[in-house]
Amino acid sequence: MKHIISLLMENESGALSRVAGLFSARAYNIESLTVAPTEDATLSRMTIVTSGSEDVIEQIIKQLNKLVDVVKVLDLNDGRYIERELMLVKVKATGIFRDEMKRMCDIFRGRIIDVADGSYTIEVTGSSSKLDAFLEALDKSAILETVRTGASGIGRGDRILKV
Amino acid sequence: MEDRTSPHSHQISGAEILIRCLQEEKVKFVFGYPGGAVLHIYDEIFKQDAFKHILVRHEQAAVHAADAFARATGEVGVALVTSGPGATNAITGIATAYMDSIPLVVISGQVPAPAIGMDAFQEVDMVGITRPCVKHNFLVKDVKDIAATIKKAFYIAATGRPGPVVVDIPKDITAHFAKFEYPASVEMRSYTPIIKGHSGQIKKAVKLLLEAKRPMIYTGGGVVLGNAAEELIQFARKLGYPVTNTLMGLGGYPSTDNQFLGMLGMHGTYEANMAMQNCDVLLAVGARFDDRVIGNPGHFFSKDRTIIHVDVDPSSISKRVKIDVPIVGDVKSVLTEMNELLIAETKTPDAGDIKSWWQQIDTWREKKSLVYKNSTEVIKPQYVIEKLWEVTKGDAYVTSDVGQHQMWAAQYYKFDKPRRWINSGGLGTMGVGLPYAMGCQLANPTAQVACITGEGSIQMNIQELSTCHQFRLPIKVILLNNRYLGMVRQWQEFFYENRYSESYMDSLPDFVKLAESYGHVGMNIVNPADVEGALKEAFDMKDRFVFMNFITDQTENVFPMVPNGKGLSEMILAGEE
Ligand SMILES: Cc1ncc(C[n+]2csc(CCOP(=O)(O)OP(=O)(O)O)c2C)c(N)n1
Repeated sequence: MKHIISLLMENESGALSRVAGLFSARAYNIESLTVAPTEDATLSRMTIVTSGSEDVIEQIIKQLNKLVDVVKVLDLNDGRYIERELMLVKVKATGIFRDEMKRMCDIFRGRIIDVADGSYTIEVTGSSSKLDAFLEALDKSAILETVRTGASGIGRGDRILKV
Repeated sequence: MEDRTSPHSHQISGAEILIRCLQEEKVKFVFGYPGGAVLHIYDEIFKQDAFKHILVRHEQAAVHAADAFARATGEVGVALVTSGPGATNAITGIATAYMDSIPLVVISGQVPAPAIGMDAFQEVDMVGITRPCVKHNFLVKDVKDIAATIKKAFYIAATGRPGPVVVDIPKDITAHFAKFEYPASVEMRSYTPIIKGHSGQIKKAVKLLLEAKRPMIYTGGGVVLGNAAEELIQFARKLGYPVTNTLMGLGGYPSTDNQFLGMLGMHGTYEANMAMQNCDVLLAVGARFDDRVIGNPGHFFSKDRTIIHVDVDPSSISKRVKIDVPIVGDVKSVLTEMNELLIAETKTPDAGDIKSWWQQIDTWREKKSLVYKNSTEVIKPQYVIEKLWEVTKGDAYVTSDVGQHQMWAAQYYKFDKPRRWINSGGLGTMGVGLPYAMGCQLANPTAQVACITGEGSIQMNIQELSTCHQFRLPIKVILLNNRYLGMVRQWQEFFYENRYSESYMDSLPDFVKLAESYGHVGMNIVNPADVEGALKEAFDMKDRFVFMNFITDQTENVFPMVPNGKGLSEMILAGEE
């Protein structure tokens, strides 16, 4: 099953490679990984999307906690959470496609952020599955380029991951 | 050459700071090898005498020797190597220590900070290379950080589940100046090892154990590393339950005690493996259910039992085997609490149940799975170990390499004390034996130290004969020379229809002459009748290094054996092949 794991880590050089190295060394899946500093510049916040059986997820959490630089780990799937990912898609926007793309973009509450003669660049935000659905909905041949940030996640309500 | 800028008053160089840190940590020995990137450090070593530097002949041996020093004493071992090839030579040693959770601080030189990333001479990304085989590592980027980093390194290495920590220091940093202030303590919000176990879980565990009909205590290296042997003995004796140790756990419970069933696992005794398989309540302490211990996990689970697991590392719990009662904590602290509960407890185990369980165990013991056929013609390796145990009165520090000789040493030398059996259990590194013996002998100058080895393994760090001479280490090498990479040959005999692919050791040196050329005593022992006398003679030479070359039976195999992928109760016994 897919799990979203959030963690806070000392913002030291090499922090990312410790986490990435752990996943490859122990053959854990990694669907996406995002990392950036927080309002506290000494901390990095990471969101890892992974999948595996409950046993594997339990091991992943334990192994992450074992990393000396990791301050806190939270499996967002243990409670209610919100997941968001940002995607930029460059699509063909010529002839009949031009209106069609605009409509699709509206349906998915995307925004056209760049317009060129033959193309639009669309920004869409949402859960990763919503972004998947948007790509599905598009005519494959119309997609020129996609770039996704990977998911970020946060607990709902007073579920807070902080030191 | 970089500029060594002149100091303000109260300032000392990074190299001197490092030395002062090691003094603060009360380091007795630094095992190392010099080179360009650590020359400033070596210059400071020259000027001090707080610790002794042991010049090895290969960096791998420096790390192994520091590792053995840590295993034998419980203190943090320290090694020092130069950048590039010095650093890469240290890797096997670091990985070996990592797999067995040994507290080490390995200091490596690095090219000057401005040269990092420029493919400079003798540059290697030490932090990157060692990341998967250290507990933690650091690259020091400022002379002002040296002291705090070394303090953290020792703290991390020794606490929680111990392990090696690498500190990589660029050469220019050791030349820069700063004020020396050694932190009194360390606080790390990201690293807070758990010591005390959960009291409710501990109570539950004791209750389960008291109600058990077929209880079993299985302990590993954690009991030795956690200095919990006494607490374990008290606990096991109070209950009268059977105990087994893993390869790493030997000495954690006295081998000559009647409650001891011997080592378990791939080459464990029949009774230990059968009791492990058939018990109804299993207490695992500082052990990790690894593949060499429980065999096929599916087979292990074909029997129902309740498992209690005490370990300082939460990630060791429920990793290979689902645990019913997990207890995360320092094994010494948890066992102490369990002992207190037992003393206060009025309930006792059901005498009838325990008696019939012991009767069952005794029938397994009757298989005498460690009996071998001795010979008057050719030296049996098991016989050498038995005699070694007698001659050293069971009180030696015994190191081993990896192979058949290691398993015979574990099976036939009965360890009654912790920290006496020093071997590479996790990584299984051939070549550790001699440097391990060096670390043990330096830690205990007057103790008897025996290195049990094979002719394959000993040649992997044979150059250390020179170090042993330089420091006058009176180690006794017990070479069980079967002219084969015996453990490989055994697998080829069992599983590859006797196709002995590259497992014959040809062109062996004359070990006696070799030992003599390094200034040691060499002995060839060919006749079984000479084994005991030769051992006595060797151990009587209290101040000499003696290399004993026992020419042993080439065809001897290690039994019992649980073949790879089989279950614990599916052992091959001697005479059943
Ligand atoms: C560095 C290293 N290389 C290879 C192996 C694989 N290996 C395990 S046991 C063994 C044979 C060891 O032979 P020897 O030292 O002569 O001991 P024996 O088994 O004959 O007692 C080998 C090659 C290993 N464990 N370590």
